Amino acid sequence: MTAPAQELGSGRSEGDTPAVRLDAVSKVYGRGPSSLLALDQVSLEAAQGEFVCLLGASGCGKSTMLNLVAGLDRPTAGTIETGGRKIAMMFQEPALFPWLTVSGNVELALRVQGLDRKARRARAAELLDVVHLGGFARKRPHELSGGMRQRVSLARALAQQADLLLMDEPFGALDAMTRDLLHDELERIWRERNLAVLFVTHNVREAVRLGDRVVLLSSRPGKVIEDYSVKLDRPRRTESRDVAELAGGITERLKEEVRRHGR
Amino acid sequence: MAVEAPNRLNEQIAGLDALEIQTERKRGVLQLFWGRLWPMLLAVAIVLAIWEGVVRAGFWPEYVFAGPITSLQELGNRLGTAEFWHAIATTMRRGLSGFALAILVGVLIGAAVSRVRLLRAAFGSLITGLQTMPSIAWFPLAILLFGLTESAITFVVVIGAAPSIANGLISGVDYTPPILLRAGHVLGLRRLALYRHLILPASLPSFLAGLKQGWAFAWRSLMAGEILVIIANQPSLGEQLHYARELADSARLLATMIVILVIGVLVDVLFGVADSALRQRWGLDQRIG
Repeated sequence: MTAPAQELGSGRSEGDTPAVRLDAVSKVYGRGPSSLLALDQVSLEAAQGEFVCLLGASGCGKSTMLNLVAGLDRPTAGTIETGGRKIAMMFQEPALFPWLTVSGNVELALRVQGLDRKARRARAAELLDVVHLGGFARKRPHELSGGMRQRVSLARALAQQADLLLMDEPFGALDAMTRDLLHDELERIWRERNLAVLFVTHNVREAVRLGDRVVLLSSRPGKVIEDYSVKLDRPRRTESRDVAELAGGITERLKEEVRRHGR
Repeated sequence: MAVEAPNRLNEQIAGLDALEIQTERKRGVLQLFWGRLWPMLLAVAIVLAIWEGVVRAGFWPEYVFAGPITSLQELGNRLGTAEFWHAIATTMRRGLSGFALAILVGVLIGAAVSRVRLLRAAFGSLITGLQTMPSIAWFPLAILLFGLTESAITFVVVIGAAPSIANGLISGVDYTPPILLRAGHVLGLRRLALYRHLILPASLPSFLAGLKQGWAFAWRSLMAGEILVIIANQPSLGEQLHYARELADSARLLATMIVILVIGVLVDVLFGVADSALRQRWGLDQRIG
């Protein structure tokens, strides 16, 4: 048996200003009797360089949370601070632009930053190399497989030079083997770039495989119910015993939460 | 514990990519063209056979309803005359300039209506209404306003085609996939850049469909206009139809109709080629099997 795998509720790592801080954030959809409370007073912090996985069953508002942080939606109450950091986001779908080549998709992110054409092309080539797609720059998104498209999407997110990367079940639609490889890729990139990552998933093992912390959310309304600190050594393997054991514990807690709604 | 060396990881990724990527299936322009052409040729053969059959059945005398052979012979003869080419040139000039003006008007209206909510509420359904209005119904007004002039024809061509073009653009903007809009927002695209880099390219397929429909309306309006508004010393396809009927020259009438049909089909093929090229580029042409 290796080190104690979890410590409840003590996720904080460094003392400096967090990369992102949610303070009593609530989100209500709609008005009147048909309104839906999606998030209820959620408070959460993630330090720069910290990998935080948000885990929960359907209806826990985990995607809502990312949308709020990304500025795609506004909270009904509470505040979100990112200290002016640049934010990049990946979705479950690659969301690539079909009228642009693979390189063009990455270059568009650079264009927004005002790089000239030559610099864009060179930088895009570098970033595609980072995700092992150097040879596919001139292809169109539809010519690539799902996993490759998601890597282009990752390269595009990296092109934004963001400090905070939001990921909304980015590997949910991929097969297990591809997902496994992308975990390794993401872990490497996250370390090299000291990113703060908020990673939404409903896959417990994936959360334990990747996260420094696993934050468990309740459903309807979404609320933080546990904040696990994952102390396992990296690199971790999804199929390893330690990961399975911790994931088992978290799954139990998650099931308990789901059962509550069946009563 | 299996801790993999980085280059083993790279090899794995490269291997998986190689397995997953689709084999190339590129079709040349010529093949694309032929693929569309041969079913049309088949259809032509069938239509000619039916036509000949009806003529032989003898419902009408030959001078009222000429057979395909006589008509095609007449067409062959007319191909050698300057008047025929003059007529085609006039009609095409009117058609293209009217269509170009319709594109300009349609894009301006479409852009304004898709951007401004108030305009949308006010004019959205009016544009669709205009689209369903038969263009020939505009002619009496056009003739009152412009007299028997080319401006009357252009007016109706534009008013016939512009609503379809505007609608194509509007629906293209409306149906920009939300996920792409979200991706664009996260990338930092706002206002003008958002339109230029995201919404306009995303609306291209719908805009193209609008153009195609707009051309069909322009062409119909033009033919109606040329039959109604006849300008002296200005032979055109519509005018030829008109005189062929007055002179009860059935072969010439049918020959002219064939020309009108062929031009319509050729333009449709052009739009079809543009559409397939777009679909292929965007990967929308993935068929099952």
